[in-house]
Amino acid sequence: MTVWTWLALASAVAVALVAAAEVRRRAATRAAGRRFLRHPTATAGVFILAFFVTTALAAPLVAPYDPAGQLDPVHLQNQPPSTRFPLGTDVYSRDVWSRLVYGARLSLGIGTIAMLVAVTVGAGVGAAAGYFRRGIDAVLMRSVDVGLAMPRMFVLLMAVALWERLPLAVLVLLIGLTGWFGTSRLVRADVLSLREREFVAAARAVGAGPTRVIFRHVLPNAAAPIIVSAAFGIGNVILLEAGLSYLGLGVPSPLPSWGSIIYDGQPYIATAPWTSGFPGLAIALVVLALNAVGDGLRDALDPRKEAT
Amino acid sequence: MTPAPLVQVDGLVKRFPGERGLFGLGRARRTVRAVDGVSFAIAAGQTLGLVGESGCGKSTVGRTILRLIEPDAGRVTLGGADVVALGGRELRALRRRMQIVFQDPYGSLNPRMTVQQTLAEPLAIHRLATGLEAKRRVAALLDEVGLDPAFAAAYPHELSGGQRQRVGIARALSVEPQFLVLDEPVSALDVSVQAQVLNLLADLQRKRRLTYLFIAHDLAVVKHIADDVAVMYLGKIVERAPATGLYAGPRHPYTTSLLSAVPVPDPKAQRQRIVLQGEVPSPASPPAGCPFHPRCPHPRKNERCRTEPPALREVATGQFAACHFAEQPM
Repeated sequence: MTVWTWLALASAVAVALVAAAEVRRRAATRAAGRRFLRHPTATAGVFILAFFVTTALAAPLVAPYDPAGQLDPVHLQNQPPSTRFPLGTDVYSRDVWSRLVYGARLSLGIGTIAMLVAVTVGAGVGAAAGYFRRGIDAVLMRSVDVGLAMPRMFVLLMAVALWERLPLAVLVLLIGLTGWFGTSRLVRADVLSLREREFVAAARAVGAGPTRVIFRHVLPNAAAPIIVSAAFGIGNVILLEAGLSYLGLGVPSPLPSWGSIIYDGQPYIATAPWTSGFPGLAIALVVLALNAVGDGLRDALDPRKEAT
Repeated sequence: MTPAPLVQVDGLVKRFPGERGLFGLGRARRTVRAVDGVSFAIAAGQTLGLVGESGCGKSTVGRTILRLIEPDAGRVTLGGADVVALGGRELRALRRRMQIVFQDPYGSLNPRMTVQQTLAEPLAIHRLATGLEAKRRVAALLDEVGLDPAFAAAYPHELSGGQRQRVGIARALSVEPQFLVLDEPVSALDVSVQAQVLNLLADLQRKRRLTYLFIAHDLAVVKHIADDVAVMYLGKIVERAPATGLYAGPRHPYTTSLLSAVPVPDPKAQRQRIVLQGEVPSPASPPAGCPFHPRCPHPRKNERCRTEPPALREVATGQFAACHFAEQPM
C-alpha cells in the first residue's frame, strides 16, 4: 500500500459522500424525492453504491497490486491483513484488496448488463402483452409462467454443463434472459390500466400507431415498476453470479469476481478467513444497499402516493 | 334547405362480449349491447347534442365514430368517406378530419409530456410542422384556446382543470379537423369554468366552421350549444329533434323527465318534477318491449309497452320519438 493508493481510497470515499449528499439535496426539492429520503437506509444505500462504483471505475488507482499477480507464492501466501496487505493475501499470494476492487468491476458490471437485458426484455414483453392483450397476452404470459416455474440456477447450470468453456458474454446474456419474467408481469399490469387512460385514446385519435403509443405514452408512465425491478434485479444477478462462481462455474479462475474470490478462499476458510470473508461482506453490503435503494425508489415512485 | 350532412351514422351497433376464461374456454358471459342501432346525421357547421344517463352508451357512440372502438355493425361516413371500412394509412389521414375532446382533464393529458410535446405530437404524426414551425403553431394554438403561450413548457400537473381542458381542445384543433366529438367536455369542471369553456367551444365553432357531436349527461348544458338534440337510453336513441322543438315539446316520457330535472333559475317557478323510479336496467339484459317501460311514468303505459319495442318515428316535423304514445306526450 503506497500513499497514492490510500489517497485514491480516501478520494473514493469522498466522492461517495459527495454523491450521497448531492442525491439528498436534489431529492429534498421534490415530493417523490422526500418520500425516497423518508426511507431511513436509502441514503446509506446510495453512499455504499457510490463508493463501490467509484472504486470499480478507478480500480487501477485504488488497487495497490495486480489482481492476478502472485507476489511471492512461497512466503506470502495466506497472509493476514496488515498495513502492506490491508485485506491479507490468498493462497496464491495475491492481494485480496486488489482482487476485491477489480472484482467489483466484474460483479457490478455483470449485474448491470444482465439487469439491462432483463429489464429491456421484460418491459418489451410486458408492454406487448398488456397493450395488445388477447392471443399475444395469453401466449406471452403463459411463457412467463413456464419461465418462472423453472429454477433459474438450474437453467444456468444446465447451460454451463452443455457448453464447454462458456464465454462470459454468453453467461451474462443467459443471466439476463432468465431474469425478466417478474418484470414483465409488473409492466403488463401497469400497461393494462394505462391503455385504458384517456391520453392513450387521445394519442390514437390523433393518429399515433401502436409503437408510438407504447414507447411515448405507455412505457414512460410505467417507469416506476421498471426502475424498481431494475434496482432489485442487479442485486439478484450479483448473488446469482456469486453463486455460480462459488460453484466454480461462473467467472473463470484468474479473473476476480466476488464469487470466484470466495471460491478461491473456501478451502482455507479456517486458517485464512479473510480471503472469503471480505468479498462476502462486499456482496452483502452491495445487495443490501441495492435493496434499500430499491425500497426507497418504490416508495418514491408509487403512483398511488403521487398526487395527480 | 338543410345542407348535406357532414357526419352520417347509420345503424351503429357495438356489443361488448362478456369475458371468457383461459383460451376462450368456459361459457361466454352475457353480451352487453352498449350501442344498439343508433342513427343520426349532423350537417356541416352544426352541433348535435347527445344526451343520456351514464352507461347509456353515449360515449361509446362518440368513440366508435372515431374508430377508437371498433363498431360491430353500422355505417359511419364523414364527408362521404366510409370511416368503418378504412384502415392503415387512409384511416390515419382521416383522423386529421375528426378529433375528440375528453371529459376528464386529468386523465386526458400524458403526465410525462409538456404541453409543447403534447401539442406538437399530432403535428409530427401528420407531418404538418416540425422544429421552429411547430413551436410557432403550438403558440398560436394556445393563444386560440385562450392560454398564454408560456404554458407550452408546463406539465399537466402544473395546470388547473380548466387550463388542461383548453390544452385538450388545442390538441384536438392542432390537426385542423372538421368534426369534433366533445365527450362531456365540461362535466368535470367548476360551473364558472364550464361557462368559459362552452363559450370557447362556441367561438371556435364559428371561427373554424366546426361540426360538433356534443355528448352530455344533462340537457341544460346542451341547450345553449346544440342545434339538434338526441336523447339516448340503454343504447338506443329514444328521441331526436331540433333543439327548439325538443325543449318546447318533448314527445318521449324519458325526455320529459330529463327536462324536468333541468334547474330553472327562478325561485318562484312552479313546475312538476318527475322523479324516475328504479335503476337503469343492465344493458346485458335489457327489458323486453320498450326498454324504458319499467321506469316509464306515462299514465297510458300498457301491455303493448311490455311486449312491442317502439320504433323511432317522425312525430312532428323533424322530431322523432320512440314511444307508442308520442302523439299524447305527458
